[in-house]
Amino acid sequence: MEGWGRYPRHESEVLVCRLPETLSGTVSSRAGLIARGNGRSYGDAAIGEHLTLTCGALSRMKSFDEMNASLTVEGGVMLSDILRSFIPRGYFPPVVPGTKFVTIGGMIASDVHGKNHHRDGGFGEHVSEIKLVVAGGEIVTCSRAKNSELFLATLGGMGLTGVVAEATFTLRPITTGWIVQKTVVTENLADTLKALKQTDDATYSVAWIDCLSRGASLGRSLIFVGEHASPSDIAQMPKAAQFPPSKAARLSLPVDLPGSALNRASVSAFNDLYYRLGARKAARASLVHWDSYFFPLDGLLEWNRLYGKRGFLQHQCVVPDENALAVLSSMLDRFARSGKASFLAVLKRLRGGAGLLSFPAPGYTLALDLPVAPDVFQLLDEIDKLVVAAGGRLYLAKDARQSRHTFEAGYPRLQAFKEVRRTTGADRHFSSQLGKRLGI
Amino acid sequence: MKAIGKALLLIGATSDIGRATALVYAEAGWDIHLVGRRRELVQREADDIVTRTGAAVTAHELDILDIDRFEAFLSTVSPLPDTAVCVVGELGEQARAERELEHAAMVMRTNFEGPALMLGLLASRFAARGSGTIVGISSVAGDRGRGSNYVYGAAKAGLTAFLSGLRNRLSTAGVRVLTIKPGFVRTRMTDGMKLPPVLTAAPAEVAQRIFAVADGSKGGDVVYVRRIWYPLMAIIRSIPEPIFKRLRL
Ligand SMILES: Cc1cc2nc3c(=O)[nH]c(=O)nc-3n(C[C@H](O)[C@H](O)[C@H](O)COP(=O)(O)OP(=O)(O)OC[C@H]3O[C@@H](n4cnc5c(N)ncnc54)[C@H](O)[C@@H]3O)c2cc1C
Ligand SMILES: NC(=O)c1ccc[n+]([C@@H]2O[C@H](COP(=O)([O-])OP(=O)(O)OC[C@H]3O[C@@H](n4cnc5c(N)ncnc54)[C@H](OP(=O)(O)O)[C@@H]3O)[C@@H](O)[C@H]2O)c1
Repeated sequence: MEGWGRYPRHESEVLVCRLPETLSGTVSSRAGLIARGNGRSYGDAAIGEHLTLTCGALSRMKSFDEMNASLTVEGGVMLSDILRSFIPRGYFPPVVPGTKFVTIGGMIASDVHGKNHHRDGGFGEHVSEIKLVVAGGEIVTCSRAKNSELFLATLGGMGLTGVVAEATFTLRPITTGWIVQKTVVTENLADTLKALKQTDDATYSVAWIDCLSRGASLGRSLIFVGEHASPSDIAQMPKAAQFPPSKAARLSLPVDLPGSALNRASVSAFNDLYYRLGARKAARASLVHWDSYFFPLDGLLEWNRLYGKRGFLQHQCVVPDENALAVLSSMLDRFARSGKASFLAVLKRLRGGAGLLSFPAPGYTLALDLPVAPDVFQLLDEIDKLVVAAGGRLYLAKDARQSRHTFEAGYPRLQAFKEVRRTTGADRHFSSQLGKRLGI
Repeated sequence: MKAIGKALLLIGATSDIGRATALVYAEAGWDIHLVGRRRELVQREADDIVTRTGAAVTAHELDILDIDRFEAFLSTVSPLPDTAVCVVGELGEQARAERELEHAAMVMRTNFEGPALMLGLLASRFAARGSGTIVGISSVAGDRGRGSNYVYGAAKAGLTAFLSGLRNRLSTAGVRVLTIKPGFVRTRMTDGMKLPPVLTAAPAEVAQRIFAVADGSKGGDVVYVRRIWYPLMAIIRSIPEPIFKRLRL
């Protein structure tokens, strides 16, 4: 088995959970298991030490309460299904990651963040209740009021507290399926960080950093700021276009490409846009389809194969505001000098996370891809030292290689998490390759 | 979704093809009556469709082998639906069917007897009303008996012939009768089997096709879901028996 990055690979027995009624029995029957959603985590989080329990068939929605816009679904329901059903009815998920091909169980276990984390927090903040199958097979209902420690451990807990059988969360009302996007062009990193901070009151914001530029223009970026469009914003469109359906994605790669293909594509796309928008300075607002705005990579299914057979790593860290400029510049400089990393990185603002092991912390998060190669690991170990020294941490959903030291330094609530694992018997029962590697 | 005042009866709601079909109809504004042999599991599908679409959905329990209950069951579904789709089926295990009469009989009854009798009953009621569409799910396996699955295939052949007769009988009574042959479909039934991608449909694809032919703009009586099956099965049907009996397809 492997994750989205196709590195590392581990042997694991796989069991498919077909019906909710069999979940308790299956979970309690074997130790050393972990739940798996749609396998969009990059590394070894969704690979069981002995057994991987795939939950994709737990894909039924349970109920929707219009009064509170509160939706209850089984843990294997796909985000793409929620979008398909609810956008036409004027609702949008409170938080979405960069791909819609994830399950609600996976979104909770990683307490995923979106482009609105600085404003709305992570997905976990919008979850009101979870039905969790714990080590003994019992179904425990947890929320902020009930079994709250277990609830907070489960948000961002990487499946290590149990299996999410059901969850309830609130949707946000929208009046169109379009995003009004503005693009800000920045000249260097200081500029970029400042501009991101200035867009803190925008609903969505994210920066694409050009990792090739060095010296005075190190960290030059395009910042995409977005708001849900109102009916007046789309007045020119035909009525039928108010809530457009998902864009069809069919294309998937028949073969693995050599590792450099994606980099070449992304760098030329960036340069193209940068100069076009830069030349116009203040770019006009444009209307963007929800699918293109939130999930640009979903148009190309299986794009992870662009990196070739050896797979790739994603490095995603968050560093606190105070050290951000210094640390991020030395990181970008290291990456650029190494010539190993993708030519594009993504930078966002985060605030604190809800769960005991949630990744988000106040500051800036930087994510970039690197094809797996022998010398990449050492480079990343050195980068990690910078992250740790700055008081930052790495995202477990993307991780395939960080050291225990890096992990322990970054997650101060780890002891509290382990305590919950101990008291619920999860420590002897739920185990992933990630958990084993990091000693969780 | 705005209700359009039409109702679908879907028998076999817990099947992947069945639930996909019910969803397509619900998204088009139909009311849905779901039927399956275990109430809790049918209710789960009903809740799912209600939540996804806001459609009006009811859940009913019926075992397709329990023919004594058919009449009473139909009286609980009122008013009479506009379209009835039966997707109930059971692949069974050929080797076991060769050894155990019970198993072979179960496969025959689940694919032929139950669905045929139920659809026949519905067809007569539709005919009395003067309108309605009947959809039966048969299989390419019923087009020609093969050593690897002829018990299932024979039952499906029976269903195909039954539907053909029904269509013939009711062609002037305002009742349409459709036979759907899905080809390979990626479902619980075929889980773990190696299926050729070009011949294999997703449940949603089958569902779209059923809706398009039964209640959309497309016509047709006997329909293969993927068009490639038309020439393929024409060839397979045309192979002379002396040759066919030696082939291992
Ligand atoms: C292109 C791309 C873009 C992404 N962008 C973002 C982003 O912007 N923000 C962000 O936060 N993340 C992002 N991610 C990461 C992704 O959102 C997470 O890895 C998410 O957890 C994947 O969900 P999944 O259903 O595929 O889970 P999997 O990858 O299968 O599992 C991930 C974790 O969830 C656990 N899990 C899964 N199902 C259950 C369950 N039912 N009960 C308990 N535990 C469960 C697993 O044990 C594992 O620890 C991105 C990933 C990709 C591929
Ligand atoms: N998958 C394929 O490749 C393929 C190809 C050609 C034709 N088909 C046909 O398509 C139809 C749907 O199959 P599927 O692939 O979606 O498989 P499936 O998920 O196994 O569906 C079979 C359905 O039949 C129901 N059923 C079985 N015995 C029953 C009984 N005695 N009473 C009531 N319901 C009963 C099952 O209910 P439970 O959930 O209660 O078991 C289930 O809903 C079948 O007729 C099948 O023969 C499938």
